[in-house]
Amino acid sequence: MVKKITIDPITRLEGHGKIEIFLDENGNATNAYLQVPELKGFEQFCLGRPVEELPRITPRICGVCPTTHHMAATKAVDAVYNVIPTETAVKVRRVIYDAFMMEDHLLHFFFLGGPDFVVGPDAAPGERNILGVVGKVGVEIGKKVIDMRRRLRSIITTLGGRVIHPVCGLPGGVSKGITEEQRKEFLQIAKDSVEFAKFTLKVFEDIVLKNKTYVDLIVGDIYKHKTYYMGMVDENNHPDFYDGKIRVVDPDGVEIAKFAPKDYLDHIVERVEPWSYMKFPYLKKVGWKGFVDGKDSGVYRVAPLARLNVADGMSTPLAQAEFEKMFSILGGKPAHNTLAFHWARLIEVMFAAEHLVTLLEDKTITSTDIRRLPTDTPNEGVGIVEAPRGTLIHHYKTDEKGMVTGVNLIVATVGNSAAMSMSIAKAAQNLIKNGVVNDSILNMVEMAFRPYDPCLACATHSLPGKMPLMVNVYDKDKNKIKTITRD
Amino acid sequence: MAKPKVAFYWCASCGGCEEAIVDLNEDILKVADLVNIVFWPCAMDFKYDDVRKMEDGEITVSFINGAIRTEENEEMAVLLRRKSQIVVSFGACSHMGGIPGLGNFWDKKSIFESSYGKSCPSIDNPDGIVPLVSSQVPEGELTLPEFNNTVKSLDQVIEVDYYLPGCSPEPYLTMNAILKLLSGDLPAKGTVLAPAKSLCDICSRNETKPEKLSIEKIKRVATTQPDPEKCFLTQGIICMGPVTRFGCKEEGDGRCISANMPCRGCYGPPPGVKDVGTKMVSALASILGLDGEEEMSEKAVQNLMDQIPDPAGTFYRFSLPTSMLRRKRMTKEEN
Repeated sequence: MVKKITIDPITRLEGHGKIEIFLDENGNATNAYLQVPELKGFEQFCLGRPVEELPRITPRICGVCPTTHHMAATKAVDAVYNVIPTETAVKVRRVIYDAFMMEDHLLHFFFLGGPDFVVGPDAAPGERNILGVVGKVGVEIGKKVIDMRRRLRSIITTLGGRVIHPVCGLPGGVSKGITEEQRKEFLQIAKDSVEFAKFTLKVFEDIVLKNKTYVDLIVGDIYKHKTYYMGMVDENNHPDFYDGKIRVVDPDGVEIAKFAPKDYLDHIVERVEPWSYMKFPYLKKVGWKGFVDGKDSGVYRVAPLARLNVADGMSTPLAQAEFEKMFSILGGKPAHNTLAFHWARLIEVMFAAEHLVTLLEDKTITSTDIRRLPTDTPNEGVGIVEAPRGTLIHHYKTDEKGMVTGVNLIVATVGNSAAMSMSIAKAAQNLIKNGVVNDSILNMVEMAFRPYDPCLACATHSLPGKMPLMVNVYDKDKNKIKTITRD
Repeated sequence: MAKPKVAFYWCASCGGCEEAIVDLNEDILKVADLVNIVFWPCAMDFKYDDVRKMEDGEITVSFINGAIRTEENEEMAVLLRRKSQIVVSFGACSHMGGIPGLGNFWDKKSIFESSYGKSCPSIDNPDGIVPLVSSQVPEGELTLPEFNNTVKSLDQVIEVDYYLPGCSPEPYLTMNAILKLLSGDLPAKGTVLAPAKSLCDICSRNETKPEKLSIEKIKRVATTQPDPEKCFLTQGIICMGPVTRFGCKEEGDGRCISANMPCRGCYGPPPGVKDVGTKMVSALASILGLDGEEEMSEKAVQNLMDQIPDPAGTFYRFSLPTSMLRRKRMTKEEN
């Protein structure tokens, strides 16, 4: 008897997502597919628009991470006009970006991915959410989380006009600068966020690292894939979210490429499968060998753990110490443990917080030199940033008037599309046996993709903070024989 | 007495409207006190059957965001309409088609071509594979929902009682709307639940506007740094303020204006304006190069209008599906 399990919606990946798990006649999972049943067509409908409008249009790809699209688009427009933004403008953009990375990462840890650990992977489903986290760490701390996030978001609102779909990025700079009063206010938020990052890492230490069951889960084989990794680095090979070169390492951690954004097409190719609207990128020089890991397969991973795997260290002291600690516990770099994405995410929070303090301690940030007006004829440009969920690529072409004639987008989540499908399949194969499928097992399957995609937050980071899930078990004639609902 | 039931649902959207509800912050707790939130945006799909089982009209208010892009979106909207006493179209996509509505300049075929075909520079797809409604993998069949040619607003598929405009709606408007609708003192059907003013009416930059506005040249923000105090139109920068409803901030100027960027019209038209594009054309015709002139030849107006890059995509940035244009013309075969 062949059965198919449908998990729909798993919740959203820049839209909606669906998992199909196939069982054999013995009720063992044979394979699983992650499908994205949605397409909006930005590449097409941006054609004909003035290119400077794309930083205002493309954020609508995702309302949870609009800031990342705004920034990639703004950098692509810089490149189209061949203009280098002023130093002050870059600092202002970086302030917005650090604040954004933190609020987005924190959201994921406390509201979405974290509950699996803080409350426990096999806790009652009704507790595996932010309220469960608050129950475990205390109401005061819950309020602290909400307050920290609100203050970080206020930085984006002030500078970007709005936190959902900010608008301040222009070729060569920004539309608005920072006043001295704002600098002081933001600096206080930044300093508080360093303390908050310390606190968050302590929560992780106490609840996760001191629990052997969790550590075994993190280092165990169910959630492990030996793949290539990609992330942006600065001149010292330290992670940089906003600018730099893209570094790629192989499953042994050896650098196999380091390229400028404009050269991305030499390194990344995308594949189309008829069963998903989402494409599957892989490394051009390694090639596509299917949904498999290993050195021969061009499947690569992006997002927090990938960024730390490609880095030689962190550029701030506290983050560096955490970086060393993580890789020592995980047995060296690169770490292939999918669940360690959660850990790496918190180290990035620390890095962003420390980096934000440095930016705001610099009084020159209040300079009014916020824009260098473009003088060249617009043509073509690529903008890359590290989104919370991975390397994000915007590539635009225009006519001589700056009207868009070509758009290519490789969205961060897509970078992990093949790996996510593989991770779900591997977890399902290991966990679903003899037709036994229960809530706890399904949550363990979900735990295989949650580390990749805080964009799931856009559906579930709200107060209920849960993963809505319906699983239908079908017999081979497609009769529904069992329904498991979790809410 | 049982608390009224409230539902939130999304169609084709970006998640920004869900964020906008979350940004109610502690107010969401007040809402939870007043009503029974039977559906959270994320929780909708998996309770599809529960919705079906409900009595007609059992839900007091449903807030539906997102455009109608797939058949699935439409089915869900129809179902919720039947189960709800009041349906509020929430956010610009639901209200007017929104940014995804720009897809109506094109069709399924061209959108597929740019994503999966040769015009995508990073694609390796020699066999021309495209996503299919039904496909076979070794283990069995996988299905996807159909991608429609045309994006629609919510009121093009179901009857809508009220509109909450904006991309995304400001939390204070959402809170006001919930309180108003629960009070039983219902506004007239079709009311847009936002101030009955235009963005220009409240703009602090108005003071900088000369009595008789006249501009010679259209400027683009790509190559101009906007003055942080002057009216954008006075500077020659296209701002949709005159034809856009205010509401995007509780106090002070509009939110894009406060970042020193011109309005793009996400709150839709103020009262009395039917089509923002035609209204904007006449507004511009009245100020463009008009110094001392009462009448302009059609050709002269045309010449000035030609300076505006992408007028359709600018004026109908958020409203193409509900505009007079609605979509690009399609041949019979394309449809």
